[in-house]
Amino acid sequence: MSLFSDPRWSEALAHLPDYLGNHVRVSVTALALGLAISLPLAIAARNRPAMRGTLLGFASIVQTVPGLALLALFYPLLLALAALSLSWFGFGFSAFGFLPAVLALALYSMLPVLRNTITGLNGVDAAILEAAQGVGMTPRQSLLSVELPLALPVMMAGVRTAAVWVIGTATLSTPIGQTSLGNYIFAGLQTQNWVFVLFGCLAAAVLALAVDQLLALIETGIRARSRLRTALGGIGIAALVAATLVPSMARSPSSYIVGAKTFAEQYVLSALIAQRLRAAGLSASSREGLGSNVIFEALASNDIDVYVDYSGTLWANQFHHTDIKPRQVLLDELKATLAQQRITLLGELGFENAYALVMPRKRAEQLGIRSIADLASHAGTMSTAADYEFFSRPEWARLQKAYGLTFREQRQMQPDFMYAAVASGEVDVIAGYTSDGLIAKYDLMVLDDPRHAIPPYDAMVLLAPKRADDQALKAALAPLLGRIDISAMREANLRAAGGDGASSPDVVARWLWEKIAKR
Amino acid sequence: MPSPPLIAYAHVGKSFDGGRGAERVKAVDDVSLEVAEGEFLAIVGGSGSGKTTLLRLANRLIDADSGSITVEGEDVRAADPVALRRRIGYVFQSGGLFPHISVAGNIGITPKLLGTPAVEIAARVDELLDLVRLDRGLYRDRLPHELSGGQRQRVGVARALAARPRIVLMDEPFGALDPLTRDALGDDYRALHRKFGLTTVMITHDMTEAILLADRVAVMRGGKLLAQGTPSELSNSDDAYVGELLHTPRRQAERLKVLLPRDGAA
Repeated sequence: MSLFSDPRWSEALAHLPDYLGNHVRVSVTALALGLAISLPLAIAARNRPAMRGTLLGFASIVQTVPGLALLALFYPLLLALAALSLSWFGFGFSAFGFLPAVLALALYSMLPVLRNTITGLNGVDAAILEAAQGVGMTPRQSLLSVELPLALPVMMAGVRTAAVWVIGTATLSTPIGQTSLGNYIFAGLQTQNWVFVLFGCLAAAVLALAVDQLLALIETGIRARSRLRTALGGIGIAALVAATLVPSMARSPSSYIVGAKTFAEQYVLSALIAQRLRAAGLSASSREGLGSNVIFEALASNDIDVYVDYSGTLWANQFHHTDIKPRQVLLDELKATLAQQRITLLGELGFENAYALVMPRKRAEQLGIRSIADLASHAGTMSTAADYEFFSRPEWARLQKAYGLTFREQRQMQPDFMYAAVASGEVDVIAGYTSDGLIAKYDLMVLDDPRHAIPPYDAMVLLAPKRADDQALKAALAPLLGRIDISAMREANLRAAGGDGASSPDVVARWLWEKIAKR
Repeated sequence: MPSPPLIAYAHVGKSFDGGRGAERVKAVDDVSLEVAEGEFLAIVGGSGSGKTTLLRLANRLIDADSGSITVEGEDVRAADPVALRRRIGYVFQSGGLFPHISVAGNIGITPKLLGTPAVEIAARVDELLDLVRLDRGLYRDRLPHELSGGQRQRVGVARALAARPRIVLMDEPFGALDPLTRDALGDDYRALHRKFGLTTVMITHDMTEAILLADRVAVMRGGKLLAQGTPSELSNSDDAYVGELLHTPRRQAERLKVLLPRDGAA
C-alpha cells in the first residue's frame, strides 16, 4: 500500500474545511485584535522610554509563557469573568473555545508587533523628522505621512512574524475547545495516527507560509507604491477568510456536541456516542482533544452536551476530595454533587479506566511481585514513568503513603510511549490505565492495590444542564450503559492505537458497537 | 533703516541640558539681531557656536528661554508654530528630503498641507523645477535617492519656495557639496533671492561663502553674537576671532591672484 492510498488521508481531508476554517478564523481574529492593541500602544510609547520599557517587558514575559499554558490560563480567567458578568450585569458569555483562544493568541502576537513598530519608528532619521516639522507638518501629519511609511518595512516584518507565530500556536487551542488544525495533531498523537499528525503539521505550515507570502506581497506593494500588489495581497487574505467562513455557515447550530478528552479511549467513546445519536436521528458533532479541567466546565456551562468522565477523576480532581469511599457510596455522592450543578449522571458504561501500576509479567513473576505491597521493597532500585499529571495527582500521594513507595527515578512521558518503554525495560514500572489495550499487547501485569489507595474510576456518561430533560438523548444513549466491559474497551483501545486505516476512532467505535450490541 | 525689520531677535537666550548632570549649555546667549526685508544675512560660526539654534528659534523648531523674537512684526510666541513654519521656507542641511516621496511630492508638500488644489500644486512644481534648473520630465517622478547631492539640494530649495514664502531660512545648505556645484547653486539661489524679493537667513561655517553671497554677515561664537555688518564693515572689526575668520578668504584671494594671473603674463 503506497503512502497516499492510506484511507486516513481522505478522512483527514474530509475534516479540512472545518478544522482549517476554524483555524483561520481564530488566527485572523487574534492577529487583528493583537494589531489593534499593539499598534496604538507602540505609537504612544515610541517617545516615552518608561512606557516603552514596561510594554516590551510585559510582552516579553508573555512570550516566555509556553503557548499551551497561556491558552490554558485564559480558560479559568474567562470563566471567572463570565461568572462576574453574569452576577453583575445579568449576562454571561462562553469562556470556552473561541474567546479564550483569541485573547491568548492576541497577547502572543503582541511582542513582534510592538518591538518592530517601536524599532521602526525610532529608526526614522532625526533629520527627516525635523524636515517634516520644518515644512509645517503637525505631529499627526508627520506620523501618518512620514514616520509610519518609513517604518513600514520593519513593522510589516513584525506583523509577518506575529502571523506565523499565531498560526502555529493556534494549533494548541484545541484543548481549550477551539477547533483548529491542532485537532489533527492532538487526535493523531493520541491514536497513533501519524497520518493525522503529519497532515495537521503540513496544513498549519502551508497556511502560515501562505499568509506570510500574502503579507509580504502587501509589504512590497506598499514599499514600491504598487497599488496592484497591495490589492492582490489584501484580496488574497480576504479570500482566505471568506473561503473559510462559508462552510461554517452551513453547519446546523442545533446539533448535539459530544466532548472528548485528549486520549484514544475518549476519541473512540465520543465517536460511539455521536454514532448512536445519529442512529437515533439526532445530529451530532464532536469537540475533541479538550483538557481534563476544561471539559467539565464546558459541560457545566452548556458549551458541550455530553461526554464520558471517570468517577475517580471527578471525585479527586474536580471536587477535591482526599478521602476514598467504597465504589457505590462514591458514585452516589458524586451523583448528588453533580445534581447540584444540574449535571445529569446518566449512568456507567461498565468498565473502569483507573490508574494502576503496571510492569512486564515476566519480570514481576521473577521477582515474585503480585501487588503494590510486594513492589514496595524493590522500588528503591527501580525507575517509574507516568503521564504528565500523575505525579501531581492525589492518587500518587496516597500510593506513596499507603505502601511507602519511593522509586529511584521518576519520569514523565507521553502516555503512548510509556507502555513500550516499560516493555523494553527502559523503565521498570509505569502508572498505566487499566483499560489500555497495550497492557495485553505487551503482556504487562496490573499490580493489585490491596489497600485501595487508588479510587474507583468508573467510566460514566454526563449530560449538560440544558439536556437534563432531553428524553431523546437519554433514549439514544441508554443502550450503551453497563454494556462496555473492560476487555471490550481494552481491545477497542488496542485497535485505536493500531496505527493503520482501521484504527480511526469512527471505525473502532463501529466495531465496538457491533461487539456490544450482540449482547 | 526705512522699513521695520522682518525678523528681529531681542536679548534672546536658549540653553540646553548638558546631559548626565553636566551644567546647562548656553547655546544662544543674549543675542539681539535684526534682518531687514529683502536682506540676505549670513550667520557664520564654528560648530557649537549656536548659529543653528538661532536659526531654529525663528520658526519655532525650538522655543527661546528668554528674550523675544518677532517675525513680520508678530511675536512668534503668539503664533501657531505649524502655521508659522508653513509660511517660512526652510532649506535643510543636505536636503532633508522625504526618501519615500517623489521629487514632485517633496516640492509640493507645504502647499498640500495648506490645502492647495492638486492641479495648482502640479503647475507650481513644474514652475519651481524650472526655477531651480531641473528638467521637469526627467526629475518630477524620481525618488530622492536617485538624485545627486546638488540636485537634491536644488529640490530642497524648490520645496522651501513652494508656498511662496517671504522668508527663507537655510541651514548650511551647500556645505556638503563639491566646490563647483556649490558655487553654481549659490549663484542660482542668490538670483532667486533677488527675483522674488526674499528675506534670507543662511547659516554657514564658511566665511568665503558668506561674503560672496550675503549682504550682511553676523559672526557667532560660544552662543554670543560677536559682530555684524557688511563685509567691509566687518573688516574694520577689532575682534580677534572676526579677524581670524576673515584672514582665510583674504589669504586665499591673494594666493589666487598670484597663481592665476588674469592678464596672461605667463
